Amino acid sequence: MADFWNRFKRNRGAVIGLVLLALVIAIAILAPLLFPQSPWRMVQRPFLPPFAMEAFPLGTDTLGRNVLSGLAYGAQVSLLVGLVSTVAALLIGIPIGAMAGYFGGVADDVLMRFTEFFQTVPSFALAIVLVAIFEPNIKSIIGAIAIVSWPPVARLVRGEVLSLRSREYIEAAILSGQTSAAIIWRQVLPNTLSPIIVLASLMVATAILLESSLSFLGLGDPNLMSWGYMIGAARTVIRQAWWLSFFPGIAILLTVLALNLIGEGLNDALNPRLARRGK
Amino acid sequence: MSTAMTEPLLTIENLRIALPEGADRPYAVDDVSLELRAGEILCIVGESGSGKSMAANAMMGLLPDLVRPVAGRILYDGADLLLLPETDLRDLRGRKLAMIFQEPMSALNPLMRVEDQIAEVFEAHGRLAPRARTARAVALLDEVGIPEPEKAARAYPFQLSGGQRQRVMIAMALALEPEILIADEPTTALDVTTQAQILELIRVLQAKRGMAVMFITHDFGVVAEIADRVAVMQEGRIVETGTAEAVLDNPQHDYTRKLIAAIPKLAAGAKASNGNGKPPILQVIGLCKTFRSKGGLFSGRSRVVDAVRNVDLELFEGETLGIVGESGSGKSSLGRCLVRLMAPDRGAVLLGGDDMAGLAGETLRKARKAIQMIFQDPYASLNPRARVGRIIAEGPMAHGMPRNEAYERAGTLLDLVGLDASAIDRFPHEFSGGQRQRIGIARALALEPRILIADEAVSALDVSIQAQVLDLLADLKKRLDLALIFITHDLRVAAQICDRIAVMQGGEIVETGSARAIFESPQNAYTRTLIEAIPGREKELAAAAAGQTLG
Repeated sequence: MADFWNRFKRNRGAVIGLVLLALVIAIAILAPLLFPQSPWRMVQRPFLPPFAMEAFPLGTDTLGRNVLSGLAYGAQVSLLVGLVSTVAALLIGIPIGAMAGYFGGVADDVLMRFTEFFQTVPSFALAIVLVAIFEPNIKSIIGAIAIVSWPPVARLVRGEVLSLRSREYIEAAILSGQTSAAIIWRQVLPNTLSPIIVLASLMVATAILLESSLSFLGLGDPNLMSWGYMIGAARTVIRQAWWLSFFPGIAILLTVLALNLIGEGLNDALNPRLARRGK
Repeated sequence: MSTAMTEPLLTIENLRIALPEGADRPYAVDDVSLELRAGEILCIVGESGSGKSMAANAMMGLLPDLVRPVAGRILYDGADLLLLPETDLRDLRGRKLAMIFQEPMSALNPLMRVEDQIAEVFEAHGRLAPRARTARAVALLDEVGIPEPEKAARAYPFQLSGGQRQRVMIAMALALEPEILIADEPTTALDVTTQAQILELIRVLQAKRGMAVMFITHDFGVVAEIADRVAVMQEGRIVETGTAEAVLDNPQHDYTRKLIAAIPKLAAGAKASNGNGKPPILQVIGLCKTFRSKGGLFSGRSRVVDAVRNVDLELFEGETLGIVGESGSGKSSLGRCLVRLMAPDRGAVLLGGDDMAGLAGETLRKARKAIQMIFQDPYASLNPRARVGRIIAEGPMAHGMPRNEAYERAGTLLDLVGLDASAIDRFPHEFSGGQRQRIGIARALALEPRILIADEAVSALDVSIQAQVLDLLADLKKRLDLALIFITHDLRVAAQICDRIAVMQGGEIVETGSARAIFESPQNAYTRTLIEAIPGREKELAAAAAGQTLG
């Protein structure tokens, strides 16, 4: 573990990313304490520019709602959607990829054609359709994002399993009479963990972007303040009130950047042989 | 051989090469001094990690990024190679110093025709007109003994065999008539018969051209075949140098003695076997396995390889049966068919009355308990993310043994294979290759098998470790009354451990007999070639004869 942390630390960008993400998480958790009032509540005159009043440092929006408060609550939504949809996508993708890679043959063909079916449909379009069919709420958004983002997981896991499948310790496990399920679960999957973790960190970032895009189009959960919704609502007034789309945009940028930096750092730390030249 | 008087061509003085921090020792090469004279073959011998390749790489300026020389000089033609600017060094490489590598497949560019690769050497040094380069390439291929050199020149590397590829490498190295040839384990990846041919070729070319050859190897048999002088390396230091006769026949240093003593001796034991009339515990009848690869998009035709053809075998209780053959002879496929890691196409594998070849599902899972395998690669055969205890206990637990009992048993087994019981809580990467192989043996024994199949189980190990593992296997076999099938390409190992030997060629068993009969009076022509190709054999026979007349 200490070794892992040392390698992670060597990538300065990753440490910056970690600090940024920690900040976002802290804001999300502390949002109800920092802003006891609902972010939907009108608190001042509309179109209050940033830094004009000390109580509302980022100004107010078209209806006089506190932008800073919206950002804090939006962090909750973004992180929740990012994490939960990634976990859901992993739960779909890992079993499919593992079975396809381990059993090969017909099982592989069937599962991979199924995966490709999802891959050939443009993911954002599919997500819009799914959210539109079910009514837009946080569950359907998370579900839609998970459904469009599991195919890369399945492909990655399949590739890893294929290469592990012929290792001698897997053959030894077969000879010792372990069942296929036990071999996949205890011998194969633990060894695919590093690339999955790296991919997952990047998937959280993609999921946050997807959620923002859906909310921007008005397909977000109407009861939750999210960054995408804030930008979408402000797009008509972008020339009068630049701050309404600028600050949520920065929030998305920094969060996604942080996750990407962390993903890269994890990659360096988990695959030390690829990261360092020489030796 | 009488080179003692000539001036050294290349001198290494007190060379010291530092390893990056955190390596297992501070210097890869520590205070090494060597002289290489014109017209001699100097063998640098050592086990893996002894720094023998590092010294050669330093000469060519091929050291890895984080490894650098910190002291000493490498003098060639009045200049220190370590201080020479890259442009000067580039000029020397190929023209004066040439190198051949271990793996002929990865040392050649797979997308370039052979003639172009050889011509490139001339091009790099601005020699010859383009048309003359191709002609010279063909002449060189002819010189290194490739049949139909014109055709081979137009071939791509994948169309040539391993031995031919190594010959192409040698042709490239010789293209500009270098004064020094560095050969880094050039025959290690080759079959024994091919190895003998390549060694012969290097010796002939060296004598013809009066080159100096620095030959790096781990194999004392090869040393006996080819060396004029020998330098033995251990952990970055040279522990002994001398003429080949002196070092091999009268080693002074303890480490050299230990290494030479660890080489498996060719004289097979006179153990009688055949189970003394007992029925065989494993009987293989007419086993066949054919591989079919689907034809590509354009070739259309599928490739069919008969890996195992009509093999009949019997294994008796308490016996060690060797299956020897060169790569591609089907010996590993046969082993895999026996344990059903591969399903045979036809034939029967009778184990205690059951036909293993026909079993499936749960019955197969149960039957497999009796026949276990030890694998070749001690690094790939243990799950890197599982603790040793779990690795060993998993098998018995899968067959219903309670967890506590299985772990207790794992401790006993570790003790049995000569490891400390505390190993149970550690991960595989904390162990050396030999120790890992012991863990693999303990895992195989955990299910109390009656038959062990060892697939090249000692091939990846250094010779001294190899001897220890072979001793362990022989000891366990006796104590646990196991029957052992030992699959190997190394006839020396087979001679040491096997009671009976089956020789495989092209998927078929061409000869079976007691180890002594196979080595002393081989009946089959192929068996004879195999045995004659064993490096160091003549020297050993001569020594044995001398010993007998003296005794």
